Amino acid sequence: MEPKRAVAMAALLAALSGCSSVEPWVKPYERQNFADPVMAGDRDPVAVAYLNHVFEAREGARGALGSHGGGCGCN
Amino acid sequence: MRFRALPLLMALAVAPAGRAAVLPDDRADVLYHRYDGGGVTIDGPSLLVRKKFAEKYSVSANYYVDMVSSASIDVVTTASPYKERRTQTSVGADVLNGRTQYTVAFANSDENDYTANTAGIDVSQDLFGDLTNLSFGYSRGWDEVRKRGDAEFSEPVDRSSYRIGLTQILTPALMVGFNWELVSDEGLLNNPYRSVRYLDSDSATGFAYQPEVYPRTRTSNALALNARYFLPYRAALSGDYRYFTDTWGVDANTAQLGYTQPWGKQWIFEVTYRWYGQSSADFYSDLFPRRDAQNFLGRDKELSTFSSQMIGLGATYELPPFGAAFLKRTTLSLFYDRFRFDYDDFRDVTAGGTPGEEPLYGFDADVLRLFFSGWF
Repeated sequence: MEPKRAVAMAALLAALSGCSSVEPWVKPYERQNFADPVMAGDRDPVAVAYLNHVFEAREGARGALGSHGGGCGCN
Repeated sequence: MRFRALPLLMALAVAPAGRAAVLPDDRADVLYHRYDGGGVTIDGPSLLVRKKFAEKYSVSANYYVDMVSSASIDVVTTASPYKERRTQTSVGADVLNGRTQYTVAFANSDENDYTANTAGIDVSQDLFGDLTNLSFGYSRGWDEVRKRGDAEFSEPVDRSSYRIGLTQILTPALMVGFNWELVSDEGLLNNPYRSVRYLDSDSATGFAYQPEVYPRTRTSNALALNARYFLPYRAALSGDYRYFTDTWGVDANTAQLGYTQPWGKQWIFEVTYRWYGQSSADFYSDLFPRRDAQNFLGRDKELSTFSSQMIGLGATYELPPFGAAFLKRTTLSLFYDRFRFDYDDFRDVTAGGTPGEEPLYGFDADVLRLFFSGWF
């Protein structure tokens, strides 16, 4: 990683960490929906990774698959 | 040789960007995958095991195999159908420290004419009362491209990936995410077997072939947004959008909608629709006007202008308890996806006719994922 980019990322994380006292507007007891398996986009990582692998192999685009997990490299 | 300048980098997303800093469950998956379309059949297993220690550490290992039988349009027009095997092994480790999760991972992929090694690190941090998760990561890849029938041929490819992810809980039912990833490659980025075609009046067909020549560097940026909404009757609706652009002139858009519906206590059903469209690379042409028409020459249909659509159906069934006492729960899942690819400037040479006026190419593909999951 380029030094400037690494420093910028570290500074961003440090700055945001200092704000963790912000009052959460969705209380912990209101978050049970997010623990439901139907809300997990990557509920089955082994299966999601395979489909992303198909996309990467058949398409010119790549990256930023985020919570969709990862692809792997072939077509 | 099936790599299309495609990194293993994304395979390392053991702790994918945009997830809360929580260690994954102890779990084992055994998956059978099959891709069938465009004259290509690829199938094989994938095994994934994850295990936590002391609620602070987690390790994972994945073993993945592609068994390839290819008679794709590229192969039948300029080469002979072939069979080959690719094996990929990856390992990862997570450390959870308060609200911060660190992940390191390594992957190796090997086939008879291509080897890829990738190492990566990701950091994920919960913020603002755990409503926000910020993550960033870096991967580095070292590949070696070889060529069958030429023992001296060996070309390196170096790859780097930088990524940032953010997820945000907005309401008790709505979660949104943002991901950005920059990928940079340097080395031999084309397939050493693939050719481009050009007009040649001396040829009986009116055209001839010469090897592809790609730029030796490529940098791409991808920006993705997603949202997931919990419906009051216990179901989920999801939407995803991704914009992609690279230094080869490829611009792409991806949009996806998904719906997840549980049924009773044992079933979860899913339906997905995905649309993808891209413009061609600057140096792509289906038919060049002459030999050596320009510095860079490409005829990979994945670099042409095309669009694809996918419809996916999935079902997961929670199995009743059976003898294996060490397994807390087990599921069996089946996912089927149907793809349609339509190319706007890649022609079906096998159909014959006047060069440059052959019918445009297109094909359907069926993708199957069948897997057993056990939590222990």
